Amino acid sequence: MRRLDDTTAAKVAEAIDYERFLQGSSAVSRVLTLVIVADETTQADAVRAAAEAAREHPSRILVAIPRPGRGPARLDAEVMVGGADGLGELAELRLRGPLAHHVASVVLPLLVPDAPVVVWWPGQSPEVPAEDPVGRLAQRRITDAAASARPLKTLETRCRGYQDGDTDLAWTRLTPWRALLAANLDQPHDPISGGTVSVQKGNPSGTLLAAWLQMRLGVPVDLKASKGPGITSVALHTARGDITISRPDGGVALISRPGMPVAEAALHRRTTDGLIAEELRRLDPDEVYGETLDAVHHYLADPPASQPAARSSKSLASRALTPAASASASAKATKPAKPAKRTAAKPAAKKTAATKKTAAAKKSAKPATKPTTRSGARKAAR
Amino acid sequence: MRTRIWTPTENPLRDPRDRRLPRIAGPCSLVIFGVTGDLARKKLMPAVYDLANRGLLPPGFALVGFARRDWADQDFAQIVHDSVRDHARTEFREEVWQELCKGIRFVAGDFADDQAFDHLSETVRDLDRVRGTQGNHAFYLSIPPKFFGDVVQQLKRSGLSVSEDGAWRRVVIEKPFGHDLESARELNHTIGEVFPSGSVFRIDHYLGKETVQNLLALRFANTMFEPIWNANYVDHVQITMAEDIGIGGRAGYYDGIGAARDVIQNHLLQLLALAAMEEPLSFSAKDVRLEKEKVLAAVTLPKDLDLGTARGQYAAGWQGGQPVIGFLEEEGISPTSTTETYAAVRLEVDTRRWAGVPFYLRTGKRLGRRVTELAVVFKRAPHLPFSATDTEELGQNALVVRVQPDEGVTMRFGSKVPGTQMEVRDVNMDFAYGDAFTEHSPEAYERLILDVLLGDPPLFPRHEEVELGWTVLDPILAHWAERGQPEQYESGTWGPQSAFDMLARDGRTWRRP
Repeated sequence: MRRLDDTTAAKVAEAIDYERFLQGSSAVSRVLTLVIVADETTQADAVRAAAEAAREHPSRILVAIPRPGRGPARLDAEVMVGGADGLGELAELRLRGPLAHHVASVVLPLLVPDAPVVVWWPGQSPEVPAEDPVGRLAQRRITDAAASARPLKTLETRCRGYQDGDTDLAWTRLTPWRALLAANLDQPHDPISGGTVSVQKGNPSGTLLAAWLQMRLGVPVDLKASKGPGITSVALHTARGDITISRPDGGVALISRPGMPVAEAALHRRTTDGLIAEELRRLDPDEVYGETLDAVHHYLADPPASQPAARSSKSLASRALTPAASASASAKATKPAKPAKRTAAKPAAKKTAATKKTAAAKKSAKPATKPTTRSGARKAAR
Repeated sequence: MRTRIWTPTENPLRDPRDRRLPRIAGPCSLVIFGVTGDLARKKLMPAVYDLANRGLLPPGFALVGFARRDWADQDFAQIVHDSVRDHARTEFREEVWQELCKGIRFVAGDFADDQAFDHLSETVRDLDRVRGTQGNHAFYLSIPPKFFGDVVQQLKRSGLSVSEDGAWRRVVIEKPFGHDLESARELNHTIGEVFPSGSVFRIDHYLGKETVQNLLALRFANTMFEPIWNANYVDHVQITMAEDIGIGGRAGYYDGIGAARDVIQNHLLQLLALAAMEEPLSFSAKDVRLEKEKVLAAVTLPKDLDLGTARGQYAAGWQGGQPVIGFLEEEGISPTSTTETYAAVRLEVDTRRWAGVPFYLRTGKRLGRRVTELAVVFKRAPHLPFSATDTEELGQNALVVRVQPDEGVTMRFGSKVPGTQMEVRDVNMDFAYGDAFTEHSPEAYERLILDVLLGDPPLFPRHEEVELGWTVLDPILAHWAERGQPEQYESGTWGPQSAFDMLARDGRTWRRP
């Protein structure tokens, strides 16, 4: 490990190269650069998770810790290469004073040449990750709605600010749930008429899951508050009874299907390094996530909630906001249950519809990118 | 309730773009014959647990053991528990174990015992009811091939080999797939009588290794390798599988089998096929096999088998700092055994792409270190604008695919030695795949078991490939059988002198891997 006080990006790059040289390996296979933008409270856990994930994806990890405040601009760095834990290259960068607002300028010269860049905000994240100066350097931008102070609010922000390449750990956490649900529907079953997701209050993953199910199945999916931890159960209603996956303790899922013995399966709450490793496995846009966020947008506007009080006030407000959105959502809700066969043309058609309706809501349609028009529409409506 | 066969494509939750979702096997059970064996304890049962721990087994999965032991279900569960604890790759979680444990059954009996198989049949039917396995069962024959016939006939007699209502029955067998062409055909006939060929899964755990599949990615997903992947640029290819250990406690299995049958017939010829095959139309099981079979059918043997092959037996010596005994002194091996522990052959592939390019295959026990690799050695540059002394240290360019350990790719090329003089020397450039021991890079057996349960066959060799392998090897084995005792080589070295001579005659040398 090497400490560099009051340094520059070029010197940090030199230090990484030198440390690598000292390790005796001049060519290390780094498949990507992972930039972590964190504060002092979140960085330690994030680094640990990233180092664990780096065993699968050898990477250069740059941890940028902005420390704004009075005093002169100053960059302090700690560089670590190799090490017993199989870590590739790690540079912790502390950006003090005015430099705290120019993270990208420090990170840019340190990126591995011609390799993908992933940025991860383990704590607070920018409203539109793709427009953040560091986010702009990256192919893939990882946020975590659950780590924010108001997760559901943050999820809404995600919907508005989504651009290809965005991903959120609230979505990644769902993979085992989605896999188990999909595996259950691989088996013969009766038509599904609706669903219920029970989830700890304020958990953004639950909303994502409900919106995803509603979008894919074409039936209304309710959200129900539970004590947690995380998502505690998902029920899909059929004429002969529910297909239910319940996970009361965050470890083992009980699966019951009409006419079948109750079965159990491992369904653990996931650790951060597993989430990051999953994220690093794919660096292309996650279209399904993008569509699910679209669906969340509609879902939050008009949830098929079981609490009627909450529903009426909320949906009234949102109906005024985006009339087209709620209309399409309720139209969907009344549709008979049938497996939604998706063709390549369908999502595209939906997108144009979305643009149209936001444009209509805004009245003064201005040519801009998709997410900005959407957020613009929101602001205008407010 | 099953009115028609349900295909996953109708599942609205599945989307080809949704690459995060793993495929989880449908309801099923795995019946293992020979649960007391080494393989079952060290590889199979831990792999089953690892799959369960990764959430890839279906809820209600059942594991049935069959062996000639007087055990109850709990006794077998204890055996599984111990093997999982000692050999599983992922951490031990009590709740996962408890769940797996509920589906564990044991059936005691002999392979000739009708009653035991009737009992097995009942057990399996009971699992359909209690665990909801829905009539889907895979039979893993982790037993010596001489019992295959008995077991499949018993499965047929007790009605276990057939299913109704779109449920499946599969049988899994391990290498060796026979000991020559005739016995391989016989074996295939025995199993084919009872199970259709689409239900027979031949496990070659080497094909489950990530790097073997990576070889296909390396060749066919890139532009920079394929143009030079032919006789115009390639001088020769070396495929090596070296072990540093001896035969250990496997004398009974190994004596009479030998290195060529054990390794060359399957692993090395498969590697050769993957390295030499033309681009398949697609990566579907059928298309890849088709290309592999074409290459294997084009393999030709050296005219003079004495000059084009080499074999040896390890003698006492020092292996990595330990004194070790020779093969003939091993317990259970006859002092006059002619079984080879080292085998090397020079093959050619009679196609336009590979005309005149020898493929050197070698394998052995108690060699310098444990390594499996495929090295493509390129021709020297046709003209070197340097003086002869400048390039004295320059060898041939090589591309090495390391299969194990330390999976990755090495490229070897010439580079200038720093300094004022012009001097070119070989350097290596390395790429290592990530750590092979993380949760996410599946151990070969896990992947193969999951593929069996999913019914996904691309990694499994078909009997045509097996038979082609024997067609290549049989003349060599027959020739060796007439030649008596193999040459001795000192343990811890890279094999017998005849193997070095074999390459020296061609003006080449073995790589030191």
